[in-house]
This record gives sequence, C-alpha cells and structure tokens, in this order.
Amino acid sequence: MSALGVVGGVLQPLLVAAGAPLLVGVTRQVRARLEGRAGPGVGQPWRDLRKLLRKEAITPRGTSEVFRLAPLVLVATTLVVAVVVPFVTTDSALDPVADLFAVVALLALGTVAVALAGLDTGTAFGGMGASREMTIIALVEPTLLVAIFALSVRVGSTNLASIVASTLHDPARVISPVSLLAAVALIVVIVAETGRLPVDNPATHLELTMVHEAMVLEYAGPDLALVELASAMRLTVFLGLLANLFLPWGIATTATALAVLGGVLAFALKVTLLGAVLAVGEVFLAKLRLFRVPELLAGSFLLALLAVAASFFLA
Amino acid sequence: MSDTTYTQLLDLACGGLLLTAVLVLWRRELAVIIRVFALQGVALAALVGVLAARESSVELGAVAVGLLVLRAGVLPWLLYRALVGAGPALRETRPLVNVAASLLAAAVLALLAYAVAQPLVALAPAPATHAVPVGLTVVLIGFFVLVTRRRALSQLVGFLLLDNGITAIGFLTTSGIGLLVELGVSLDVLLAVLVLQILTTRMRETFGEADLDELRELHD
Repeated sequence: MSALGVVGGVLQPLLVAAGAPLLVGVTRQVRARLEGRAGPGVGQPWRDLRKLLRKEAITPRGTSEVFRLAPLVLVATTLVVAVVVPFVTTDSALDPVADLFAVVALLALGTVAVALAGLDTGTAFGGMGASREMTIIALVEPTLLVAIFALSVRVGSTNLASIVASTLHDPARVISPVSLLAAVALIVVIVAETGRLPVDNPATHLELTMVHEAMVLEYAGPDLALVELASAMRLTVFLGLLANLFLPWGIATTATALAVLGGVLAFALKVTLLGAVLAVGEVFLAKLRLFRVPELLAGSFLLALLAVAASFFLA
Repeated sequence: MSDTTYTQLLDLACGGLLLTAVLVLWRRELAVIIRVFALQGVALAALVGVLAARESSVELGAVAVGLLVLRAGVLPWLLYRALVGAGPALRETRPLVNVAASLLAAAVLALLAYAVAQPLVALAPAPATHAVPVGLTVVLIGFFVLVTRRRALSQLVGFLLLDNGITAIGFLTTSGIGLLVELGVSLDVLLAVLVLQILTTRMRETFGEADLDELRELHD
C-alpha cells in the first residue's frame, strides 16, 4: 500500500459521496434549461436528502431484514468501489480489490440487494420492478465484463489501476478500434445500468414503465435518502470509470499535493462533463419500449465481444 | 507514413467497417440503414486510401476515390430513391429472425470468421492480412442480412454489404487486384443495383408491396 494509494483511498469516497448529488443536480438543471424551465438549482438533491434524513424511519408492515439491509448494502458496495477504483490516483488503496471482476461483482451485489428488497415488500410494483431489473442486469453484467476485459487484454492484467496506467503511458491506444468498440458498448450498458433514458426514465413514477423507481417505491425517510444517495453515487462511479478507462489524463501519478489536487479537479470536470452530455442526450431521446431493451443490450454485448475479438486478432 | 500510424489507421478503418455492418443489423428504419451503408462506403474507401498511401500507388489512390464516389455516393443515392418511391409504409423492416437473436448470431459469425481466417493470416503475417477476419465478418453479416430480411430493399443492402466485405478482403490480401478488374466489379455492382431497383418498383406495382415472401404464394 503506497502513500498515493492511501491518499486516493481517503479522497475518492469523500469526493464521490459529496459530489454525486451535485452531479444529479447538474444533470437535472441542464435538462430543465434545455426544456425551457428554470430548474431547481444544482443543490436541490442535497436539500432533498437533508429533508429525508430528518424524517422518522418507517418500514412497511410485513417486511423483513432484507428490506432494511438493502440500502446499507447498496451504499456500502458503492463506497468500496469508490475507494478502490483509480479515480483520482493511479494507485489503489486495496490493490487486489481494484480488479475488474471484483468491481463488477460489487456493483452487481448492490443491484441484487435492491431487487430482493423490491420482492420483499410483496407489492405488485416491487416484484414487477425487480423482474425488469433482473432482465436488464442479465445482459448488462456480461457486457460490462467483456467490454472492460477487451481493454485488459493488451495490458495483460485485469487490475483496473494497471489498465489506466498503461493507457496513460500509451495515449495512441485510445483511438484503436478496440477502444472505440468497447467505449460504445460501455456507454450503452452504463445508460441501462444507471436507469437513464432511453432504458428507464428517472424523472417519472409511471406504473407501466418504471424500473428502478418501482423497486424502491416502499422506502421512506432515511432509508429512501440512502437509496437516492447510493444511486447518485453509482452514476458517478460508472461515469468516472468510463472517463478514466478511456481518457485518464489528469489523474495523479505522484503523491504531491499539486498532483492530487489536479487529479481531483480533473475527475470532477470529466464526470460533470459526461453528466451534462448524458442530460443533453436525454432531452432528445424517447423512452424505449421495454421489449426493445434486450435488443439494445444484445447489440452492446456484440460490440463488446467484437472489441475482445479485435484486441486478439488486429493487434 | 510510419509503421505504427499505418497499422493504426488501417485498424481504425477496419473498426469502422465492422461497426457499420453491426449497425445495419441493429437498426430497423430503412433510411438509417442506407445512411449507415454510406458510412461503410466511406470506411472502405478510407481503407483503400490508407493502403494507397502506404504503397505510394497513384492507381490505388484512384481506385479509392472511385470507391468513395460509388459506394458512399451513387449506391446510397439509388437506394434512397427506391425508398422514397416506396412511400412511408415501408420504413420498417420485419426480419425473419428478431434483432436481438440476429445480433447474437452476428457474434457467432464474427468468431467463425476469425477461426476460418487463421490459415490465411498465417500465410503472410502483416498488419493488412491480420485484418482479413474483419472483411470476412462483414461478408458473413451481409449474407445473414440477405437471408433473414423480408424487404427487397434491406436484402439489397445485405447484398451490397457482402460485396463491400469481398472488396475489403481483396484489397487486404492482394493490395489491389488491378484497376481494370476493380472497375469491372464496380460496374457489375452498379448494374445489379439498378436492375434490382427496377425489379423492386415492378414488384410493388404488381403486388402492392416489396415483401419477397408474397411471391411464394399464387395470385390471380
């Protein structure tokens, strides 16, 4: 464990936890402005969270521990990912966990916990949301694994820190077909996994179409605050992963104060830009029919697979 | 041109070929498919252009320009005219195999192409021959589009995809098969598209639509 790794391990979760609601605020604000509304301001998600955290904790009758533990599991797994993935520094605090398979498994664990909580409530919407989420995640997980695996083939290691470091040393790799195919695949699965348009609309609670909102419909008070915070953090983590796997510039490689400050600023800038681009894209997209979603995800899986094939044969 | 830039540009053009072939399979709107096909023509011309720059061959450069005009200009324009003539009712293809399954089939076809092309690559390992599996994948995807689509126009795109793949393989393995042969092949393709376009129009006039399955049934 190097000094750089420790600095990253302390800074990254703080940055992600504090910045995630702001990122959601930025995306909502960008959307509101483009739709001709004034918008509630960037700080609104934090104000919402503060309000929810002050409320009394209440759970529906008949729910078990699964329902109560799911928000904690969701936040905890996302925090661990925020600690280990190279966002601000190239070194990781817990190097063995900064592995492609471990990180994807942690993220999937959070999703499964929420789906189980949705089933645990026993309501129609909870079960419906859980079943839809499982349909999506069944195609998202393999694509996520295969797309990042395509990048790791050239490096010879599935450690995310070494993938980022090697892209930093050899910038020409970014415009290879392997990177391009993997990037397109990753963008599609990130949109699907974080429940954005065209897969899921985070702004509505329409019974027939909602996926993520249906699962967390029964949460209230501090639990809902945790779920909201965790989904904002997951969005940040996914966008950060996308940014640093393909455009790692600005990340701190030494433990000096200036380099670390640069790393923090670069990470914040990249993630905010990606969030704004996502919001602009959402304005122009309509929600896809649920039956068309597997089609979209199968396409992204094919692109990821072609990226792996190309990394073996074109090189 | 240095070795690494050459390899990178070549790989990038091949990536473009592959991506556009997948997009043709992915999208449903015929107008989008035609636009993607035009993009593939650009990628193919870029591929030949890179080879021409590598070998400093004026003849190959002329072929690249010709390919650009034919495959990114004339053929998409002809297809677009056929689409406009068909009216708004024919905007969506109804494939025999649904899109998700055909995308997974394309993944299998890509792996098959890589497996089959290995002996070819082993004959003369070079950056250009390493990209042969990409051309073969485009050929197989084109063939798949040809057999699983119902609309005459999307079958036509499948046929042209097949031809794009064959052309790509030809240039990647032999670095040009002579201006005369290439000219002959290009004219052949142009003629085929013209004939098929007329055929499609006739079919629509006779049967009211260009669904080829309709031809299997007897009509008064």
